[in-house]
Amino acid sequence: MVPLFSAEGLSSLLFIVIVMTTLLGAVIATHSERLIRAVAGLAIACIGVAGLYYYLHSPFVALMEMLIYVGAVCVTIVFAVMLADPNPEEDAAAGSIFTGPLSFALGIMVFWGLYAVSGKTSWVPPAARINDGSLEEVGKSLLTNYSMVFELISLVLLIAIIGSLVLARQGRTRTGGQS
Amino acid sequence: MPEWLRVILFIIFVLSFAGLNAAYLVWCERKGAGHIQRRIGPKEVGPFGLLQPLADGAKLMSKQLFLPKGVDPILFMVAPLMVMVPAIMSFCVIPFSETFVAREINLGLLMIFAFASVNVLGLLLGSWGSANKYALIAGARCVSQNVAYEIPMLITTITMVMVTNTMNLNEIVRSQAGWFIHWHIFRLDMSLLMPVSFLIFFVCSLAETNRAPFDMAEAESELIAGAYTEYPGMGFGVFFMGEYANIVIGCALTAILFLGGWQAPIPLNFGGFLGVLWGMSWFFLKLYALIFTVIWIRWTYPRTQFYELLNLSWKVLIPISLFNLILTALQIKIFPWL
Repeated sequence: MVPLFSAEGLSSLLFIVIVMTTLLGAVIATHSERLIRAVAGLAIACIGVAGLYYYLHSPFVALMEMLIYVGAVCVTIVFAVMLADPNPEEDAAAGSIFTGPLSFALGIMVFWGLYAVSGKTSWVPPAARINDGSLEEVGKSLLTNYSMVFELISLVLLIAIIGSLVLARQGRTRTGGQS
Repeated sequence: MPEWLRVILFIIFVLSFAGLNAAYLVWCERKGAGHIQRRIGPKEVGPFGLLQPLADGAKLMSKQLFLPKGVDPILFMVAPLMVMVPAIMSFCVIPFSETFVAREINLGLLMIFAFASVNVLGLLLGSWGSANKYALIAGARCVSQNVAYEIPMLITTITMVMVTNTMNLNEIVRSQAGWFIHWHIFRLDMSLLMPVSFLIFFVCSLAETNRAPFDMAEAESELIAGAYTEYPGMGFGVFFMGEYANIVIGCALTAILFLGGWQAPIPLNFGGFLGVLWGMSWFFLKLYALIFTVIWIRWTYPRTQFYELLNLSWKVLIPISLFNLILTALQIKIFPWL
């Protein structure tokens, strides 16, 4: 047991706070009736996940999580929600009577599966850190060991760009509208 | 000095700096606007109107925090904080002088961009939460503007990181030591288009902080007060403090990346306490010169049209900054000894 007011004690406390933030954000994201609050919950969860990455000795990934997930993905989702109906419909949540029991049973099954897997796996103790998680190391591994993955991601992005271009081209004529 | 005392002193410094700075930048802005428009500006409260910010603050704080009908109460109250808190967090890594920096982390530059990206989410949630058409339009404009200008800004930053080889802000400043020709803006041997980089970065930081001529978020002649329309009292005040803190961060980054941060224009350095004062005074001189430019631009140029704004980013700034990136990479590859 480490004393609370020491470096380890405070950092453990902060770790618990970060885990709680992640969980709280996740619960808000799944349980709020208004879509926009769910996105805010997602943003909170992403900030918590960034904190977890920081505790895993990868500050670079933590900051990228903030920059991309909070700053770009959540903003994009909010933007999409803004174009939708601002007032939540009253009966949107009410599904069939089987929805509740079915999702409960599914949840139990998923939990049981994860529990069984985590129990049966022989966990290896965490090895010494592979590298210092710094920018140089991340860059080197992206361009050597994982260059294939890196290229594939760019392919996905290219497809997304082409798809959005196709969607945006429809319904806009050459003559109309834009200055 | 023990580490915990340093941290506490820094928290006090940063909080008071952010608050006082916002208050007195409003005064500077009103004085600047006045003199540019051949008026005097605030003059009644105190000598030269110097106590005006205190009066404004007292007025804002004594107003009722009124929740208009139909707003989303949680988002409405949280949104100003989401603009203010990340801005304050970013002050942690800004080197005010060589030793006067809260935390010298290696990814300082990235950290500022990561926290600055939360700012637009706050504005967006606030504008949505206030259930007002003007606010909603302002929020939509704000996102398209921020997304558009983040790209050339980040590309220019990547160019600078390629040149400096580090994201540690203090290291970046240290590499500009010596005469003022060693400041990055004059280092044509590092990248031929360095002054252009500076210009792109400054324009983008104007747009990212929603300042004129890009102040689409609160275009008062079209959208009342834009995203802030429904905000009463200190909710409005906190939004403005956040906005001014963001201006300071944008200008501080410009000063650090291009104008040598706390380096004096002559190779003269002191040790100890005098050195801290010497560095800080140069840093603040550059910072406030840039901020004055921001205010000057606001009261000199009219607001651009929204299409013009997006065209400037997508058709001019992004191609130029990409070209600049490639040119700098070539220059580093061909002349690695420079």
